[in-house]
Amino acid sequence: MKFGVVRFPGTCDDVDAFLAASRVGEAEILWHADHDLKGVDAVIIPGGFSYGDHLRVGAVARFSPVMREVELFARNGGLVLGICNGFQVLCEAGLLSGALLPNTSLRFTCRQVDLEVVNASTSWTNACEVGEVLSVPAKHTTGRYYAPDPVLDELEANGQIVLKYAAGHNFNGSARDIAGVSNKAGNVVGLMPHPEHAVDVLTGSADGLKLFASAAAVPAA
Amino acid sequence: MSKHRELGLTDFEYDLIVEKMGREPNEVELAVFSLMWSEHCGYKHSRPLLKTLPTEGPRLVMGPGENAGAVDVGNGLSCAFKVESHNHPSAVEPFQGAATGVGGILRDIFAIGARPIAILDSLRFGEVGESARSRYLLEHAVAGIGHYGNSIGIATVGGEIYFEGPYEQNCLVNAMAVGLIETDELIKSAAAGVGNVVVLFGARTGRDGIGGASVLASAELDADMEKRPTVQIGDPFEEKKLLECSLELLDRKLLVALQDLGAAGLTSSSAEMAAKGEVGLDLHVRRVPLREQDMEAFEIMISESQERMLCVVEPERVQAVLAVCAKWEVNATAIGEVTDTRRLRVFDGEELVGDLPVEALVDECPTYELEPAEPATPLYPVPPKLIDTDDAGEILLALLGSANLASRKGVFEQYDALVGSRTVRRPEQADAAVLMLPDPANGERLTALAPPKGEDGPKPAIAVSIDGNGRRVAADPYRGAVEAVLECSANLACVGAEPLGLTNCLNFGNPEKPHIAWQFSRAIAGLGDACRAFGIPVVGGNVSLYNEGAEGPIYPTPVVGLVGELPDARMSGRLGFESAGDVIAIVSADSWKPSKAASELSKLRGEAVEGPLPQPDLGELKALHAAIRQAVRSGSLSSAHDVAEGGVAVALAESAIAGGVGAKVSALDDLFGEGPGAFVVSGPAEAMTPFGAAARVIGEVGGEALTIEGSLSVPLVDLERAFSRGLTDLLD
Repeated sequence: MKFGVVRFPGTCDDVDAFLAASRVGEAEILWHADHDLKGVDAVIIPGGFSYGDHLRVGAVARFSPVMREVELFARNGGLVLGICNGFQVLCEAGLLSGALLPNTSLRFTCRQVDLEVVNASTSWTNACEVGEVLSVPAKHTTGRYYAPDPVLDELEANGQIVLKYAAGHNFNGSARDIAGVSNKAGNVVGLMPHPEHAVDVLTGSADGLKLFASAAAVPAA
Repeated sequence: MSKHRELGLTDFEYDLIVEKMGREPNEVELAVFSLMWSEHCGYKHSRPLLKTLPTEGPRLVMGPGENAGAVDVGNGLSCAFKVESHNHPSAVEPFQGAATGVGGILRDIFAIGARPIAILDSLRFGEVGESARSRYLLEHAVAGIGHYGNSIGIATVGGEIYFEGPYEQNCLVNAMAVGLIETDELIKSAAAGVGNVVVLFGARTGRDGIGGASVLASAELDADMEKRPTVQIGDPFEEKKLLECSLELLDRKLLVALQDLGAAGLTSSSAEMAAKGEVGLDLHVRRVPLREQDMEAFEIMISESQERMLCVVEPERVQAVLAVCAKWEVNATAIGEVTDTRRLRVFDGEELVGDLPVEALVDECPTYELEPAEPATPLYPVPPKLIDTDDAGEILLALLGSANLASRKGVFEQYDALVGSRTVRRPEQADAAVLMLPDPANGERLTALAPPKGEDGPKPAIAVSIDGNGRRVAADPYRGAVEAVLECSANLACVGAEPLGLTNCLNFGNPEKPHIAWQFSRAIAGLGDACRAFGIPVVGGNVSLYNEGAEGPIYPTPVVGLVGELPDARMSGRLGFESAGDVIAIVSADSWKPSKAASELSKLRGEAVEGPLPQPDLGELKALHAAIRQAVRSGSLSSAHDVAEGGVAVALAESAIAGGVGAKVSALDDLFGEGPGAFVVSGPAEAMTPFGAAARVIGEVGGEALTIEGSLSVPLVDLERAFSRGLTDLLD
C-alpha cells in the first residue's frame, strides 16, 4: 500500500502523516502544484494552514492542481483521508458533507480526546470495532462540525458518521458530537482530531495507527 | 530636538560618529548608526558584563555571536537554541508583539540552517486579578504566541508565567526557540567572496517597525501609544514558506551565507554579515520589493518588516536560488554585491546615499561602564496582604489557587504542543519538556523523509526548560540569578536530562541608574558562577534593558533557557504520583535551608520583597541533580518533582494532582519555605536506597487526600479545584 501525503504551502503535519503512514506501508509526498498522484493507492490530506487559510479554512486549497486529481481519484473510489485542515479542504471540495466552523470558545485548543468509533466499515476504520474508544489529540480553532439537521439525519441513516467525541470530549461544540464523517461509499473520510499524532505510546497514544492500518488492509483497486 | 537625539543617540555618540566618518553623517547614515549603536543592537551597557559569562563547554558547537548558539546532542546532530525578548512591542500591541517575537526567534534558528522543533515562552504581567490591562495583555500575548507557533507548525512545549505588580506597565514576553541540524551543515552569517550577490528574500518591505530597535526597545516605556506604528506585523504563513525555502536552499548548498532580518532590518543584517566576513557590501535600495512605493532610502534600510532573509550567493547560483524561492512562492531579489571596501554603501538608483564604515557600525559602538550602587531603601512596594490565616490547609489551597502557582492549562491548551511528533512530555506532565531526536539507529534522518524501521531500542531525546523568578532576584540579585540556573537544571534532572548549554534573556530596568546597574551586575555574576559550577556554557542570548516606566522598574528578571540530553526518552520522568503504596521521599542537599524570604507565601501575606535568600552549595547541588538524573534514567522512580515555589507542601500537592492520587506523609518542619536543593520523589522503597542519606522517606502514595501529619489534610478534589480554577477564575 502506497500512501500519498499532500503538501500545500502552509501544511504543517505532512511529515507526521508521512511517518505515520510509513509504519504500515510506503509513503510519498504529493506537491500541491502537480497534477500527479504518483500512482499512490491512498491519499492523505494532512493538517496545517494551507495557503495561510486565507479567505476561509480550506477554501483556497481545494482549487489547487493536486486537488483536481484527488477529486477524480476519490470519485473513482480511491482512498482519501482528510485530517484537520485536510477535513476542511474535503468539505470545501464537496467530497464530504458539512462544514467546519470556529470552536464555540473561538480559541485554538490542543487537547487529547477520546473518540468513539461509530462506523467500523469505512476504508479508514475497518481495523477498529464499533464502540471502540480511541485516544487521539485534537488541535484546531475551526473544528466545530456543522450541517443542517436533515443532512445530519441522512449522514446518520447512511452510517456516514464515523467517529464521535466521547461524552465530555466535544470541546469544539460539534453537532451531535461528530468528530469524523465519510462519504456514502466510505472511501473518503475526514476528521478533526489527528490520528497521525497518535502512532506511538511514547508520545501519548498509538490508537490513531488503526486508521492507517485500516487503509493498508484494503485490497488495492 | 536635534535629529540624533530624536533617534536615541547622545551628543557624545554623535560626535564619535562624526569622528569615525570624518564628516557629518547624512540622513540615511544617521538612521543606520542610530540603530546599530542602539542598546538593542550594540549592547552598549551590557557587553563588558556579558563577557564574564562562561562560553566554553565540551559539547559546545556554536557560541555567542551567531544568530543562535548550538550544542552537540550526539549522532551527528546539534541543537540550536536562543531566547529573545519582545517586551516593549508586546506592551504596546500584545498580539503582534508576541507573535513577531516568536517569528523573530524562529528565524534566528533557521538562519543557521537548523529546523525549528520547539518554542517555549516566559511571560510576566501585572496582577491579573486586579488589573484589566494585565488580563488584556495576557490574553492577547498568549493568542499571538499561539497564532504564530500553531500556524507555522512548530510545537510550543513549555514556558512559565508570573504575575507581579512591577510588570503592570512593562510586561515581559520572552520567546525561546529550539532547532535541530546535522552538525556539519551549520551555516554562519559571514558574507564572503568579493563579487558574490546579495539576495533579499521573503516578504515585501513596508513602513512597519521603523525604529523599533532604537525608539522602542532601547528606551523606557511611556504611555505613548504613538509608538504603535513601530510594532511589526507578523505573517506566519509567509514565514512557513520562508522556513521551508531557506532550508531547501541550504540543503541544496546554494548559499554562501544566510542571515535573518530582525531588529534594525536590512541595516543590521547586512552590516553584521559584512563585519563577520571582513568585506563590504553595496546595496541598491530601489531593487527591494516594497509594499509602499514612495518609501525613502533610510526607511527601506531600517524597516523591521517581518519574514525576510538575506543571503550571499555565488553569481552562477543566483538563478537556482531564485527558482527555489519561486517554487515556495517567496519573493527573491538580487539587491547588492559583496565588495572588498569594508564599507556598507547604499545606492538609491545611481546615487550613493550612504557610505558607512562597517567596523565602526558593528564593532565600535561605545560601551559604558556601569556605576552600580546597592539601593539604600527598598525599590519595590510591599505587595497587598491577601491571606490572613495560619491554617496550613487554607494556606496550601490559597497557594495552589494563586495566579502564580495555579494550573496553566487554560494557556498551554492554546498552543499546539504536538506537531512534529517528538513531544514525549507535554506541559504539566513533567518538570521539563522532552523531545525525541531522530534516531539513526532506527533509520531516522533529520533532513530526509526516512520511514522508521520500527526497532524498539533506546530513543535519544533532549529536554528543555525555561525559568526565572523576578521577585527572588529583586530580593537578592546574585542568589536569585543563581536559582534560575539551579531551577532549570533541577527541572532537567527530574526528566533524566543532563544540561548541555544555556541561553538567557536579561530583562532589567534602566542600567544608567546605579541601583539597576547593581541588580544587573550582581545577577550576571550569579549566572556566571552557577554556570561555571555546573559546567554549563552560555551559548547566546539577549539583553532587554530600560524595562521601566514612571512607576518604577520591573523586577530584575534574568530568564534562563536550558537544553539537556537524555539517552532514552522511554525513561523520561513524570511529576505525578503513580501507584498507591509507592513510598514518597524528600531527596535534599545538606545545604537545603528553605526560608520564607521572597516566597510565594510571603507575597500572599503581604510581606516586603527582601532577602537574603538561602545560600546554596553549588557543588553539592550539582551532585544532587546528578543523583536524581541517574535515578530517573534507571527507571526506578515513579515520579520526580523539584521543590520550588510554594515549598514542599505545594510540590507534594502538584505531584498528587498530576497523578490523580493522594498521599499521606509524616510531619514536616517547613511546609512552604523556598530555597534550592530538594526534590519530592516516589517509587518502590528500594528505589530510594541509591540516594543514601540524601533521601528521607516521609510517607506513601494513596488515598483521596493529601495529608501532612500535624499540619493539614485536604481532599484531592479540593486541591484540584483550587489548582485548575485559580488562574481561569481570574480571567473570566
